[in-house]
Amino acid sequence: MDLNYSNEEIAFRDEVRGWLAKNLPADLSDKVGDHEHLSKDDLVRWHKILAKQGWIAPSWPKEWGGNGWNVVQRYIFEEECGYAGTPPLVPFGLSMCAPVLHKFGTEAQKKRFLPRIYNADDFWCQGYSEPGSGSDLASLKTKAENRGDHYVVNGQKIWTTLGHYADWIFCLVRTDSGASKRQEGISFLLIDMKTPGVTVRPLILMDGGHEVNEVFFEDVKVPAENLVYEENKGWTVAKYLLGHERMNTGRIGVSKRELAKLKEFASTQAKDGKPLIDDVRFRDKMSRVEIELMALEITNLRFLDQMRRSGQPPGADVSMLKIKGTEIQQSLTELMMQAVGPMAQPFKPVNGGEFDAFTASLAPRYANMRKTTIYAGSNEIQRNIISKMSLGL
Amino acid sequence: MNFDYNEEQQLLADSVKRFIGKDYGFEERKKIVASDKGYSEDVWGTLAEMGLLGLPVPTDHDGFGGGALDMMGVMESIGEGLVVEPFLATTMSAQFVSRAGSDAQKKALLPQIVEGKLKMAFAQTEKGARYNLAHVATQAKKSGGGYVIDGEKAVVIHGPCADKIVVSARTSGGTTDARGISLFLVDAKASGMTMKAYRTLDELRACDITFKGVSVPADALIGKEGEGLALIEEVVDYGTALVCAEAVGAIKSTNDATLEYLKTRKQFGVPIGAFQALQHRMVDMVISYEQAKSMACLACDKADSEKDPAERKRLVSAAKVRVSEACRHVSQESIQLHGGMGMTEEMKVSHTFRRLTMIAQQFGDIDHHLERFAG
Repeated sequence: MDLNYSNEEIAFRDEVRGWLAKNLPADLSDKVGDHEHLSKDDLVRWHKILAKQGWIAPSWPKEWGGNGWNVVQRYIFEEECGYAGTPPLVPFGLSMCAPVLHKFGTEAQKKRFLPRIYNADDFWCQGYSEPGSGSDLASLKTKAENRGDHYVVNGQKIWTTLGHYADWIFCLVRTDSGASKRQEGISFLLIDMKTPGVTVRPLILMDGGHEVNEVFFEDVKVPAENLVYEENKGWTVAKYLLGHERMNTGRIGVSKRELAKLKEFASTQAKDGKPLIDDVRFRDKMSRVEIELMALEITNLRFLDQMRRSGQPPGADVSMLKIKGTEIQQSLTELMMQAVGPMAQPFKPVNGGEFDAFTASLAPRYANMRKTTIYAGSNEIQRNIISKMSLGL
Repeated sequence: MNFDYNEEQQLLADSVKRFIGKDYGFEERKKIVASDKGYSEDVWGTLAEMGLLGLPVPTDHDGFGGGALDMMGVMESIGEGLVVEPFLATTMSAQFVSRAGSDAQKKALLPQIVEGKLKMAFAQTEKGARYNLAHVATQAKKSGGGYVIDGEKAVVIHGPCADKIVVSARTSGGTTDARGISLFLVDAKASGMTMKAYRTLDELRACDITFKGVSVPADALIGKEGEGLALIEEVVDYGTALVCAEAVGAIKSTNDATLEYLKTRKQFGVPIGAFQALQHRMVDMVISYEQAKSMACLACDKADSEKDPAERKRLVSAAKVRVSEACRHVSQESIQLHGGMGMTEEMKVSHTFRRLTMIAQQFGDIDHHLERFAG
């Protein structure tokens, strides 16, 4: 047993770290560090920088731009990005639609979509959840009627992250409402957001941010060539994606960065004339989160080591990383908000008055991060997955 | 990065596991616990034969020179089997000799330990000291060519069966001063020592010891006079890492037993594991295990290899915080999920509960290690 990275892994980490220090634009890392809103341009700009370097899609097959990094290298890269404070890589095209196309797409679909995903020429979003289908995804109702050379789509999707930026959406739609098992009548369809009948309506979250949307489909004509895999086999595609999670589900790097910031911040805040970081009550809460994060980092590495050895995709382990990782992210934002005390209350300036934007970002961020234990399969669903897949209950 | 045990580590851990499966089952263990001595000489002999007693002893003295990491798998198996023999007490006490003893002390003791002919205990805790290792009121005064020890030590785990006891005593300074603590090798039969023996909640034997004018020769001193604290901290961190590994093994076995119970116990016509309220609790127990295991790896890896004492303390304390948390969480839940049966002597989970509860406080509880982590 050796908990330390090998010399090659350290060299790789240093290479990534050095490259990020030189190539991550300061205005972007400042925005990320201060939890400021990231525009579509910000996201695309960073994507293109990585694409140019050949680091945007490590896990893709080489002929489409993959670079052959192993699971540990991919993990190191993503954690270093998190620690450095890069804008997030929007996963919908890169690590959701693309793996599906690699596995199930026709040659024509691959040629048409993959290079544009690689270069961020198309911005993708995901059409899974519906108002009546959250955790119970297979109950979805959005209907696609087969009219020979095209489908006609009617229905509604919800929680469509960055749908307002998107050029394309990949959707699960019902193509057979008479199937004996409801999973069997679902298909995986790619829809151009500019098609007549597609409407995007923002859903503003409680922090005032616009991340998610509702997407409405009204008699939307989708060419038959946009069907991925077979009709009514969309559930197979969706399940494949579940096993194709990214390496950094635990978001260790991001949390390490936030923890460092919390410590720094808590040492500047005074309580009874002493730095808040020396207040035992506060410090103990912080220490517990730090220790949980240390443990999660090692747990994550243990899982990676297993994956590297077995060559198997991650199973229910990913669910564990999601549960713990999101709990840690939430605790950190909560402590950050608590650290600023009563100054957590100011939210937005009125009439352009002077304003501390950073302290004002802490409570909204706390509010925003409540989403993490809900999205991407709520933590309760993750527990169901572990219970079924690894415990056999 | 690599989290597998090497071949030797795995072989040894497996052989302990096999031994426990075959000869140290719940019923056999019960008999041992109920016996006069509270441990088995036969089992002790077997541990020696298997090479476990020699594993942590330096190669110059007939041992295999294993570090905490080499001990990890063994300790996990010991935790799984709830082994009551004085393995940790002897191993840990012998570390004082291996790390700071004179050649004569090493020659006299270590080969005997390897052969299973010598058991040891560590007398450190005193009433009112809580977990402060610098709190040593027991006195050792220079007299003639040696020292005379006076004072009281509490909860000396496996003290009653020990042949030699490592005793911390003050050769100078006030009760909680960092300097002035010395370590002595004391024969268990030395005159002036009285032991009050008892069984602990987790079915080990322990004792309180009163020292009244106990004379020891000058060569009973381990290491340098007055500079024992750093060594005590080092060895207690080593012991803490081992007990973290032991906890992980115990947690694993009690999780396995609980999962099995959820699958077999029926109520309302179905296995109780069909209920989501219980499924999610079981999942959280498994997550606790994984997180505790990760931190036990960290503690065992760093207890020997980390050269900076401040960093070693920080990491070992972090591990003990997380492992103690898992001890509490898993032990409590294992009883709850077993229902009334979990409360009884008849189920192994209630015995594991007791060991885990005591491990959570052994060598410092969560509060103590949180303080040490941040300090």
